[in-house]
Amino acid sequence: MSDKYADRGRVVKAIFIVVGVLFVGRLAMLQLFDPHYRQLADQQALRNVTQYPARGFIYDRHGELLVHNEAVYDLMVIPRMVKELDTAYFCQCLGITVDDFEARMKKARKYSPYSASIFMKQISKEEYAKFENKMFRFKGFYISQRTLRIYDRPIAAQVLGYVGEVDQGDIDRDPYYRQGDYIGKSGLEKSYEEVLRGEKGKKVMHVDVHNREIGPYLGGTLDTLPVEGGNLYTTLDADLQQYAEGLMANKRGCVVALEPSTGEVLAMVSAPCYDPNLLVGRIRGENYLKLNADIAKPMLNRALLGQYPPGSIFKIAQSMVALDLGVISPGTGFVCDKSLVGCHNHPSATCVREAIKMSCNPYFYQVYRRVIQQGKYKSIYKDSQYGLTVWRDYMLRFGFGQRLDIDLPKSGVSRGNIPDTAYYNRWYGKERWAFSTIYSNSIGQGEVTVVPIQMANLAAIVANRGWYITPHVVRAYGPDSTRDARYLEHHETGIRREYFDIAADGMYDVVHVAGGTARRARVEGLDICGKTGTAENYGNDHSVFICFAPKNDPKVAVAVYVENAQGGGGTWAAPIAGLIVEKYLCGEVKRKDVEKMYREVEPCQKLPLTRRVKKKK
Amino acid sequence: MNRMYQEKLKIDWIAVGLWAFLVVFGWLNIYAATYNEEQAAVFDLATFHGKQLLWIAGAAVVAVLLMFTEPRVVSNTSYVIYGVVLALLVVTLFIATVSHGGKSWIDLGFFRLQPSEFAKFATALALSKYMSTIGVEWKQTGTKVVAAAIVLIPMALVFLQHDTGSALVFLAFVLPLFREGLSGVILIVGVAAVALFVLALLVNKYILLGALAVLAAAYLFIWLNKRTSRDWWRVAAVLVCCALFVFSVDFVFNKVLEPHQRERIDVLLGKSEDLQGAGYNVHQSKIAIGSGGVAGKGFLRGTVTKADFVPEQHTDFIFCTVGEEWGWVGCTALVGAYVWLLVHLISMAERQRSRYARFYGYCVASILFVHLFVNVGMVIGLVPVIGIPLPFFSYGGSSLIAFTILLFLFIRQDANKNQLL
Repeated sequence: MSDKYADRGRVVKAIFIVVGVLFVGRLAMLQLFDPHYRQLADQQALRNVTQYPARGFIYDRHGELLVHNEAVYDLMVIPRMVKELDTAYFCQCLGITVDDFEARMKKARKYSPYSASIFMKQISKEEYAKFENKMFRFKGFYISQRTLRIYDRPIAAQVLGYVGEVDQGDIDRDPYYRQGDYIGKSGLEKSYEEVLRGEKGKKVMHVDVHNREIGPYLGGTLDTLPVEGGNLYTTLDADLQQYAEGLMANKRGCVVALEPSTGEVLAMVSAPCYDPNLLVGRIRGENYLKLNADIAKPMLNRALLGQYPPGSIFKIAQSMVALDLGVISPGTGFVCDKSLVGCHNHPSATCVREAIKMSCNPYFYQVYRRVIQQGKYKSIYKDSQYGLTVWRDYMLRFGFGQRLDIDLPKSGVSRGNIPDTAYYNRWYGKERWAFSTIYSNSIGQGEVTVVPIQMANLAAIVANRGWYITPHVVRAYGPDSTRDARYLEHHETGIRREYFDIAADGMYDVVHVAGGTARRARVEGLDICGKTGTAENYGNDHSVFICFAPKNDPKVAVAVYVENAQGGGGTWAAPIAGLIVEKYLCGEVKRKDVEKMYREVEPCQKLPLTRRVKKKK
Repeated sequence: MNRMYQEKLKIDWIAVGLWAFLVVFGWLNIYAATYNEEQAAVFDLATFHGKQLLWIAGAAVVAVLLMFTEPRVVSNTSYVIYGVVLALLVVTLFIATVSHGGKSWIDLGFFRLQPSEFAKFATALALSKYMSTIGVEWKQTGTKVVAAAIVLIPMALVFLQHDTGSALVFLAFVLPLFREGLSGVILIVGVAAVALFVLALLVNKYILLGALAVLAAAYLFIWLNKRTSRDWWRVAAVLVCCALFVFSVDFVFNKVLEPHQRERIDVLLGKSEDLQGAGYNVHQSKIAIGSGGVAGKGFLRGTVTKADFVPEQHTDFIFCTVGEEWGWVGCTALVGAYVWLLVHLISMAERQRSRYARFYGYCVASILFVHLFVNVGMVIGLVPVIGIPLPFFSYGGSSLIAFTILLFLFIRQDANKNQLL
């Protein structure tokens, strides 16, 4: 049998092999060179379920719980899976209208018909209990648990801060956050965000084409558990804080109480205050708008942000600088010459201690002149430039004119102003100004502004006789009770201890000796040392007082600032500070009548805020 | 004759081994495709993989039984088998159970028989028998007519069952006939027709024809010599045929094809991207395969194929599971095994001493090849979606047993190839 087509077998084999190679090549295209398919597969078949950790708690210095969490429930919906829903009944369970239901469903559908979105946010435990056992009737809906902040005592709102949903800026800044996550927006919640938030966990679920969960992907080996947020152990004294807030009711201003030896903030009040519970949960949005629109700016922390003229309390720093420079001696006296600068009626001071006690304005005019014009240059302009530079260096060592490195968000802390030569050159021109131009600084007026926390820090410096630790609110944080090295470091003023003893003696006299300006701060049995200030400004004078006690073993340093009080430092701020010291050192205030009076009386005029604070916002 | 009977069978173990590999690997993938953790039992008749295990056992029994048959008996009953299957196909048209839009199953209660699966090897037997009849030569016009009839009758019946895929498989008989003398031009024309069809759908028809005319002119002028100048009328005739074909494409596409077929072709050509509708299957199967990467996600670790994203996962789209769980390496091994089997079958056919056995070997290889080409081509998006199974691999009793009979009849014949029929 002839077979002339025998070699056609090779053609057929070639066809088979070519097709095989074609397939393998095409498969290589799909499997080796196109990562797109892997992403698509993961997108549709895997669902990442985020497991939210509970946010860390915040305690006061005695271990009392200030901030903790409460479970709330987000009602989630997968629109495609909603079937056979009795809409009317469902709406009744949730307490919403059918129109509202439709609107929410529309929004969810718009987000995605196949994936879960929030149908209703933050349903309370009580509300959830009402329909928990009916959930099985609502196919396509499920509950996702979240936590909200809860505050047992309505105190320290501005210090603690609040938590809110992340915005686009937060998401861009830190890839940790996803839409709908919560983040600390202000106060400790913001500055310790990374400690408090913990670490989110992840569950990778394998889902089928109908979006039903089949089970954990790869047996859950890719899953991670959430790490609980770390706690904050603050230095705040909840009782003192609440007491101080009570005293500042009906007033505008602030209180800062420090422990001088450690720099720990015992209380930080910014009045008017608000209840931190207002900025939690579903009522947050509405309340936020209200608080934000309030002309008294309750959400600002005046203790850190307010830049006030310090008034006479500044004289303490002035005298320390002058003594250290040697331009005066402890026994230097000046006549109370009211032609230089106004003063109240009192005998002339014969020494620094008396000058502090009587808060003599002409005395400190002279002191400041000797600091600024030391006679190193012939030209008074050059001489003043030199003197100002020296003076400013001293003031910075007191923590003035710079942002104190407190552990609260930097954007909420002001520097205050200690003017430098460039500052005056800008205003008046180079060598066009001298002491006579800037003498108001001598008594804490003029261009000098100080932040209340710096005022309290001044009291602490005198209490410590010359050094301070940067004020801070958190003593330790996290599971290991980590301590921040910044708050163990002593900052020295470099001024001799004896000079501060003089200041302390003068401040003792202010409260205890006849002719002192703050007799109302006196507390039976306590040797409170203080200094009043009455800061002139556009409206009524601000009433200022700083103090510390006990004199020789200081446990507390306080600054009180009452805006636009009708009266001087001795009238308002001093007695409030006295009450706070008494509360802290004795635990209980015996002078109930005094306490009641300062709680209820309203010294503030209905005036807009001081110019500087307003400018800041 | 007795001596021949006692001759030891020389079974081709390569072919048997490849068959076993495909069946076992296929079962593993059916198990993976239908696997769920609650029903992990291997043998459970409620599951597809449990049933497939039964079919595999049945197929193995059939294979062993075939080793004890006398090839001559099969050869002599070729026409009878062909006749019976044709009758079954006709019966099916009337009593078929409608499933997946086709009516190709006869419900026997315990088992749904799909006669079209058996029509392939019956036709192969009949055509082999006819082509090996002494005195029949391809040159004769009568031979061509009869051969065409043998193929086209069952093809038409299957087509009437709306089983376009299985009907297309009958085109496989072109290859054995090519081996016996059918002009190779028909293969070239076939490929050219497919290419023209695709181009006609994608490109403006006048531009296409213009380009063809330029090509023809170039052919005539660049290779201008005595022969080409004599050929001008042939080139012109081809060109006219092309033109007629191109203009008929729209008609065929819009009037002859059914809507779902049109959609599938549109999706393949990228003219429509209906990922939720017509394009869904292929899109999902590409995702499943593409996500497998080099080495795959591992046995039972597929995410797409295990979550019902790909319909017909255990039958026509079983290749996705291989792609996802075994990756490019597994796919290459599988395609390699098939190609090896096909090439080996051709070698086996060429060593047959009888024309009957040789022709039948070509038939086996060609039928398997068309299935492989259409099935894998469809899953990886090279061929429009046409539902035919992957031989030995897809879930399904009829198809597994029919393919096993098809293959083992040839292995049996090869086992004593020296015996003249």
